[in-house]
Amino acid sequence: MNMVTKSVPKPKSIFDKSRAGRVGCNVPVCDTPEVNLAEVLGPTRSGLNLPEVAELDVMRHFVNLSHINYGIETGFYPLGSCTMKYNPRVNEATARFIGFAAIHPMQPVETLTGALELLIGVQEMLQEISGFPHMTLQPVAGAHGEMTCLMLIKAFHHANGEGEQRKMVIVPDSAHGTNPASAARCGYDVKSVPTDGTGNTDLEALTKLLAGEEGKHVAALMLTNPSTLGLFEPNIEKICEMVHAAGGQVFCDGANMNAMVGTTRPGDHGFDCMHLNLHKTFSTPHGGGGPGCGAIGLKAHLAPFLPAPVIRRDDEGKPIADHDCPQSIGRVSPFYGQFLMEVRAYTYLRAFGKEYIADISRYAVLNANYVRARLADVLPPAHDRPCMHECILTAERYKKEFGIRALDISKRLIDYGFHPPTNYFPLIVPECLMIEPTETESKETLDAFCDAMIEICREAELEPDLLHNAPTSQVVGRLDETAAVKRLDVRSKHEPTSLVVVPRLAETAAV
Amino acid sequence: MLAAIGAPSIDHLFREIPAHLVKAPGSLDLPPALDEPGLIKHLHELSRKNVNMADLTCFLGAGIYDRFVPSTVGAVISRGEFLTAYTPYQPEASQGYLQTIYEFQSMVAELYGMDVANASMYDGATALAEAAIMAVGSTGRHRVAVSDAVHPHYRQVLKTYCWSMGIEVVTLPHVGGTAEDYGALDPTFACVIVQSPNFFGVIEGLAGARAQATAIGALLIVSADPISCALLKPPGEFGADIVVGEGQPMGVPMGLGGPLVGLFTCRTEHIRRIPGRIVGRTTEVHGDREGYVMTLRTREQDIRREKATSNICTNEALMALACTVYMTTLGKNGMKAVAEATVRNTQYAKAKLQEAGGKLKFSGNTFGEFVLQLPGDAVEVRDALIQKKILGGLPLGPYYPDMENCLLVAVTETRKKAQIDAYAAALKEVLA
Repeated sequence: MNMVTKSVPKPKSIFDKSRAGRVGCNVPVCDTPEVNLAEVLGPTRSGLNLPEVAELDVMRHFVNLSHINYGIETGFYPLGSCTMKYNPRVNEATARFIGFAAIHPMQPVETLTGALELLIGVQEMLQEISGFPHMTLQPVAGAHGEMTCLMLIKAFHHANGEGEQRKMVIVPDSAHGTNPASAARCGYDVKSVPTDGTGNTDLEALTKLLAGEEGKHVAALMLTNPSTLGLFEPNIEKICEMVHAAGGQVFCDGANMNAMVGTTRPGDHGFDCMHLNLHKTFSTPHGGGGPGCGAIGLKAHLAPFLPAPVIRRDDEGKPIADHDCPQSIGRVSPFYGQFLMEVRAYTYLRAFGKEYIADISRYAVLNANYVRARLADVLPPAHDRPCMHECILTAERYKKEFGIRALDISKRLIDYGFHPPTNYFPLIVPECLMIEPTETESKETLDAFCDAMIEICREAELEPDLLHNAPTSQVVGRLDETAAVKRLDVRSKHEPTSLVVVPRLAETAAV
Repeated sequence: MLAAIGAPSIDHLFREIPAHLVKAPGSLDLPPALDEPGLIKHLHELSRKNVNMADLTCFLGAGIYDRFVPSTVGAVISRGEFLTAYTPYQPEASQGYLQTIYEFQSMVAELYGMDVANASMYDGATALAEAAIMAVGSTGRHRVAVSDAVHPHYRQVLKTYCWSMGIEVVTLPHVGGTAEDYGALDPTFACVIVQSPNFFGVIEGLAGARAQATAIGALLIVSADPISCALLKPPGEFGADIVVGEGQPMGVPMGLGGPLVGLFTCRTEHIRRIPGRIVGRTTEVHGDREGYVMTLRTREQDIRREKATSNICTNEALMALACTVYMTTLGKNGMKAVAEATVRNTQYAKAKLQEAGGKLKFSGNTFGEFVLQLPGDAVEVRDALIQKKILGGLPLGPYYPDMENCLLVAVTETRKKAQIDAYAAALKEVLA
């Protein structure tokens, strides 16, 4: 038992540490003449209830909070469908170069040659990897990329005079929630297509959805490949042909691109467009839930509708930002997308290059199959097929026999020092554990994780309360989410610190 | 490992992919791999092809500002525990991040004078579009009115989002630099959208906007620069229903405008319609220790799918953390000092640039930015100033055809008197 009890006390709120008059840095000194604020501004505010703390208080507060937060650099993070690979530190170094960090999106484009070259470099490498001839980096997250793809599809149908008629988007029952939500965001009705017993898209059901009058209403199929079951869709070419025959478009959700990098290209599979999550596949950090970094690839027939400006090469090969796009859907974000994340992705792509890029998918798939094989006796895979970059296991037996749910296994893993896998997704696998080890983990780490999982499954039979009560190693145990909704507290109600004069600042304080 | 799997080769694991779709390793047309010193050298060379703000003195703003970032910000957001974490779906192992988000929500709501904030949106522009869609959902009306003194790129994003949902966008022309022409409004509108300080830097009369929105039963949505709210009466105190904004000025580098961070706040009565994540405080199931969790989850896409309040999943947590560290470091006194220095520098620049031959286009009070009317074409003046190492502002002709001679000039707390004097001297030479 390697359970660790944290001795770190849970840090107090920053507001509790506030003392009137303190400031956490050497505030910029102003050397222009004083002004009468009320006169030049109009109505000013009375109080401002923000913390007043010294710099050391700031650092201790956040460093202590970081100690009670788990990241990839803390330990193994096998969260399925999230691709929690190591984010190389060299990416952080290059993204901080002043020539990237201190440039303004509205300075003249002639002064941004390096940035445009970098953006085009990312586009061209992603085009080659994904198999799509066009790419935009304007979407800032995965869901944003999905939505942008659907907007392009919508504009395409409108241009063909079918915009009013094609109102429906088909989404598999195993899809991420962002798929139907993005479809709704584009004004589409959503129809679900089931998954068959082998884990593939149910072709018979799809045929029905595409047949006759109903088929004329289909705008698109959104398909995740490999699916969220961690399986490659072997009928992918046929599915794309079926949708195209009905006049629809096929979007590839690229959340699982890590299984395919350098090995197979969605553009070759028949898809019309796809989104890529650079924060999953191309190692830009997840940052605790963002920034994400989207990119979308598309075939030529969708290119006229790309968000403006289009970053491309002119006839002489010079990078330009082309604003002359009469059929563009418009902007989906205010500037060029997540530029400093693109710097990281570019650094990553150039580190692998032609020689090593396929290692990403090859080792990701190897590691997932290894975990699948090592755990098969205690937690059977949901499907008897080779998995791609993640394996989907079911804990159904433990629920039936011992009242232990997948969630309990996950919470117990925290006590063993590992981050849990994804639970209860995809929704169609009972007591689902979705494990994505990624290519950056060693065999030793995978073995330690599998040993812990096997031990936990033994505990489930012999000492189930260890699992029910887990985790016990953290600063808090399981938290009451129902109470959080009932007694909604989403903002601190601390009292403001009383006004104390700060010498240098007070000289010119508000009138 | 292959033996444990029972597979003869790695290739064998890919056997379900039709063979003609499989590429041999090394067969993609990509540049050759670089080692780490090679990467650093190559990226450094690329970065030097950009003209950056160490080369120029920056008077360009227009939504992205050259502001002081305390060293604490970089130190905190580089920590691996934050940088490499996922969304805090496992709250017991994510209390650190969750607490920072709760503190972020508290501080952003306070700045804007609003009841509640969410855990962040992508940027100020998409936050504004989400606010408009929220107003449509709340009122059941399918038209939105937006002042043309709102940032032109924000309006373009709004238009794209609304087009895809079948929402009509009506643009209200500004009068003398402020949103005073509400003549097009009627009770078919879901919301009235203004920005304050607006794109021209002018502080809007929010009391008037509130009255106009109320008169037609519409929501008032305000986009506001958070730094300005350290001094100005915040939009919440004027009765705004939703206040959004761009968090970049609070600790996020300009970085060619990305990543950014959208701030999103509203009145408590609208909380169940908020897009994106919200963190709340609660207690243990079997104990009395307090902790933080993501809450009101049934609004979100992973649970509610097509009926979710938005499709947003990933937000801008790390940039929101940067804002939190910024607001904590500067705090009440530092933020007021930054805002006040901004105002003083702006007032000084207004006077100096007028002496140099420019005119103020609009007469309204401004915060941090103003429109300078020049005797000639603003693009030519801007380009001539760059030759003198001054990034003088944004020529407005491409956005407002009647403002070809106008330059939008931003002056933050990072500018010094001598730099403003140098700008004035350079402008005088250019105009001579």
